[in-house]
Amino acid sequence: MKKRSFGLILYLIFAILPIYWMVNMSLKTNEEITGALSLWPQHLTFDNFRTILTDPAWYGGYINSLIYVLINTVLSVAVALPAAYAFSRYEFLGDKHLFFWLLTNRMSPPAVFLLPFFQLYSSINLFDTHIAVALAHMLFNVPLAVWILEGFMSGVPREIDETAYIDGYSFPRFFIRIFIPLISAGIGVTAFFCFMFSWVELLLARTLTSVEAKPIVAIMTRTVSAAGMDWGVLAAAGVLTIVPGALVIYFVRNYIAKGFAMGRV
Amino acid sequence: MKTYNNKAWLLVLPVVLCVAFSAIVPLMTVVNYSVQDILGPDQKVFVGTEWFKLVMRDPELHEALGRQILFSAAVLAIEIPLGILLALALPAQGWRSSLALVLLAMPLLIPQNVVGTIWQIYGRGDIGLAGAALNGLGLDYNYTGDSMDAWLTVLVMDIWHWTPLIALLAFAGLRAIPEAYYQAARIDGASRLAVFRFIQLPKLRGVLLIGLLLRFMDSFMIYTEPFVLTGGGPGNATTFLSQYLTQKAVGQFDLGPAAAFSLIYFLIILLACFVFYSLLQNAGPTEKAEH
Repeated sequence: MKKRSFGLILYLIFAILPIYWMVNMSLKTNEEITGALSLWPQHLTFDNFRTILTDPAWYGGYINSLIYVLINTVLSVAVALPAAYAFSRYEFLGDKHLFFWLLTNRMSPPAVFLLPFFQLYSSINLFDTHIAVALAHMLFNVPLAVWILEGFMSGVPREIDETAYIDGYSFPRFFIRIFIPLISAGIGVTAFFCFMFSWVELLLARTLTSVEAKPIVAIMTRTVSAAGMDWGVLAAAGVLTIVPGALVIYFVRNYIAKGFAMGRV
Repeated sequence: MKTYNNKAWLLVLPVVLCVAFSAIVPLMTVVNYSVQDILGPDQKVFVGTEWFKLVMRDPELHEALGRQILFSAAVLAIEIPLGILLALALPAQGWRSSLALVLLAMPLLIPQNVVGTIWQIYGRGDIGLAGAALNGLGLDYNYTGDSMDAWLTVLVMDIWHWTPLIALLAFAGLRAIPEAYYQAARIDGASRLAVFRFIQLPKLRGVLLIGLLLRFMDSFMIYTEPFVLTGGGPGNATTFLSQYLTQKAVGQFDLGPAAAFSLIYFLIILLACFVFYSLLQNAGPTEKAEH
């Protein structure tokens, strides 16, 4: 037992050190970052954070990212719920093929696919809107959401459905009033994964936006190249990208602990 | 038993529509590119399988593919066992568990380009903690000059970034095992190893399949991190498949060959995932019946 905790602590140190280094950099001036190695800021400065929090071009990026990530998370979970129910409770024509086809959408290498994506969303006048990025990100989040939710749903005994139908519940009423509360743990975990994958995705988000909906990840790359590597501001921006996700994981941590993987996957 | 009912299609329909909207048009467009020579917006010549033949003979592509396979194999061989070990070591509940989970998950939330930039500084011998520490230990570590060091840095960076995903999935899977299983094992006097082999591992099969496929796909398409960290160098040491593809598609603007390349790339991932999926789905059929 002792040995295992020791290993875990060792790994956590390995996991935290680069993040510590980022926090460390975000509190330094650029001269100090590139000047010499120092384990903590010698001349503590909050200028980097001030730059981000006062410049609309910067904090607007966070707002844009949050908007499309939230739209994406809500839509992905909403459409995945009935589908996951269908996969966990019924057999139907082509179910296995459909399931695998959904997964294949995570597998297309982005480089060449970006151009058709741009053309597609431009042609329906959605270019540079939050909804475009949210829809494009559904391509890889929906299959994952279906997959994870299906695991949770298969853990709920089928007798519950049958009893509810005998008691005269219609499907929508049963699904919303009884079934969804039963798998709230699964919804929490799924929402976390959708949030995370949409939050860190760069290529599609950058391709589908220019000004109005430009995400924080794209703003970071632009500023870096233009200002000739403003390390301090970049590190501060990086620190701020962790905050929303850390809040999400804090809220779903107990749900994760309740576990899924109950039935087949 | 599941009931056979084709009305279930109605429940799946929203997902199919949403995904098909973003999936089919781009895929068909790429297929279209791959069989044409695009000379200008209105000038296209049908060239059949010409681009596919060209791409298949490209020696640089073979090299990039080799590097890619090695990289993905290393990623899977390290991240999956490490993730399982971490999940086993995590405390089951209490504040220690919450703290460890939040700390563990943090690297997952950092966008890929930030990961690359942070490691760029972190690994530098003069001003980065990791680089300075390694040099201090007497190792001649320099990721910008030495191809082996660059390759290992990308690997360690990926392990740092994504092992928590496996750990979280495995942790969730472990929590779903009923206490009764462990009690039965204790009564039988099963060793720690036997509990892992015959109770925990079979029960983790489902989540590990998700983790394995996700890590395989994402590591096989890794782009941003090595691009930011090393730009594919030194030489070609860290030019993985998707970066080579981007060089072709954007740099040389060879849309036809790049599209053919994309499709081959896609098929490789598809095939590998299908093999993993089928193997793991059928690995332990007895597991399916029980909860």
